[in-house]
Amino acid sequence: MPDNKTPQAGPAGVAGTGPSTAAGLADASNASVASAAEVIAEAGKPESREKARSLGQDAWRELRRNWIFWVSGVLLVLLILMAAWPSLFTDVDPRHADLRNHYLGGPQWSHFFQEDWFGYNVQGQSVYARTVYGARASIIVGVCVTIAVTVLGGIIGMIAGYFGGWVDTVLSRLTDVFFGIPLLLGGLVLLQAFTNRTVWTVTFALTAFGWMQIARVMRGAVITQKQADFVTAARALGAGTNRILFRHILPNVLGPVIVVATIALGGYIATEATLSYLGIGLKDPTVSWGVDISAAQKDVRDGPHALMMPASFLSLTVLAFILLGDAVRDALDPKLR
Amino acid sequence: MSRYVARRLLQMIPVFIGSTFLIFFMVYALGDPVAALFGDKAPDPATAARIRQDLYLDQPLWKQYLHYMGQVFAGNFGTAFNGQPVTELMGSAFPVTLRLTIVAIVFEVVIGIALGVLSGLRRGRPVDTTVLLLTLVVVSVPTFVSGYVLQYLIGVKWRLASPSVSPEATFGELLLPGVVLALTSLAYVTRLTRTSLAENARADYLRTALAKGLPRHRIVLRHLLRNSLIPVVTFIGADIGALMGGAIVTERIFNIRGVGFQLYQGILRQNSPTVVGFVTILVIVFLLANLLVDLLYAVLDPRIRYA
Repeated sequence: MPDNKTPQAGPAGVAGTGPSTAAGLADASNASVASAAEVIAEAGKPESREKARSLGQDAWRELRRNWIFWVSGVLLVLLILMAAWPSLFTDVDPRHADLRNHYLGGPQWSHFFQEDWFGYNVQGQSVYARTVYGARASIIVGVCVTIAVTVLGGIIGMIAGYFGGWVDTVLSRLTDVFFGIPLLLGGLVLLQAFTNRTVWTVTFALTAFGWMQIARVMRGAVITQKQADFVTAARALGAGTNRILFRHILPNVLGPVIVVATIALGGYIATEATLSYLGIGLKDPTVSWGVDISAAQKDVRDGPHALMMPASFLSLTVLAFILLGDAVRDALDPKLR
Repeated sequence: MSRYVARRLLQMIPVFIGSTFLIFFMVYALGDPVAALFGDKAPDPATAARIRQDLYLDQPLWKQYLHYMGQVFAGNFGTAFNGQPVTELMGSAFPVTLRLTIVAIVFEVVIGIALGVLSGLRRGRPVDTTVLLLTLVVVSVPTFVSGYVLQYLIGVKWRLASPSVSPEATFGELLLPGVVLALTSLAYVTRLTRTSLAENARADYLRTALAKGLPRHRIVLRHLLRNSLIPVVTFIGADIGALMGGAIVTERIFNIRGVGFQLYQGILRQNSPTVVGFVTILVIVFLLANLLVDLLYAVLDPRIRYA
């Protein structure tokens, strides 16, 4: 749809306007350089200020108008608050158990934010408090795995894509090797070797078997970008490999990587819960949705609320991250506009 | 074409060695199979040493690996710790999981592509929005949650299907587990088909077909769909391996004695020969599925020719 492209021109539209905007694009993440390029572009053609926006600014403008972004954003802010300061939401201790009165006590839907809002589990612990406190483990694992995977996979993919040749062959085969083992299976086998499993061991295991997708995306994007004119120009100006890689290529390939990473984040949270559900992830003293779902499954017919509440929060979190990833992709990918 | 296949098969060898060695390393070097044999008790050192020698575990890891692979190519996958040969376990487990995977793939292909075409052709209409929202919900509910919910509703409350599967695991019994296993991938197939259709709907060749006055069903089926299915085929091909190995959760919920069940038991009890043996087969399945996908490309897209 060429008619849609002109007002909100992405990289394709901007690249044609001259070398100064290309430089601005190349350093999209670096605000000062981008704005400098904008100033230059403005000085040349005052009326074309619109066109000189960097991809990052462009994406932000696009995001602000997307209601999906706001819905998922509000949800995620709430969940992150929950993970960081659970006592804001409840003053009940999630480990406090009272079997006498509360064995599988049903939910009291009108008691908002109170101990018995979501009822009690088999141990007589408040399901609401446990659901609030359970957010932390899931969000820490999800965010940390995503960061680790993006850095590890990004570096491997960048090296493979940029240097090519035998380096690429070796790294690509290594990626294939890890791809041969599914995430859940690899995580299970690796975690079984640890007797004392914490959030960090789970993060490590998921990272070890999760980096390949980012590496492939990164490799493909770098291969496309390294033939671009601005890379040749930078090299002609005497820029070193590091400078070309991190200042010129990286900002241009970040888009697809961010999209893949955001969508995958939800998947990592689900995988952590699945591992805990299978009894090979986090263990009982840690409050986590997966652990609670695993504990509640035996009594699902008598007290379905003990399973459904953490499961709903888990699904909602995954959904929020997927929606965010979708919105970010729509904003970063000019082809879809 | 045959040269291409030969090259691909050769390229598979290092990947196969790498993947199997990786799993071998994690099971035999990170875990301790001999200690696992004794459960919570500490083994008698002399007995442990004898078992280690019997099982070839007193050698360096690479020698163990070579020994193991030599045995595998002779058709001997070792013995599980309960004395059953691993090949026997495989013989009972793989047919069951294969049936489950077939059911899941059929659901993915039929329902996923149909929904994708439906929403892709009606972009922005209520049908499209509904389907998109549904896929989002399905993707974000983890398998173990949707599995329990469907098992409870369909199996227990409405009694439409049996909530657990007998050891025979016939196709009829596997319908419900198949749906559960397929759900997430089904949603991805739908979204992928939709996006791919929407992208190709703007292509020049489609305008040409329209201008030639071809009937609509022919345009959609022969021109649009055939070209749009390439990413979908890639996804489904890669999914075969993931489904066979990822059935751990589904098989646990519905008590299916398949690959996932054996693998899970093997991992839980550190039953090393079972785990390594099953994963070795899964890696082969995964690699062959990927090769098949690449060959299917040439069938679907005449522009791709393998010299």
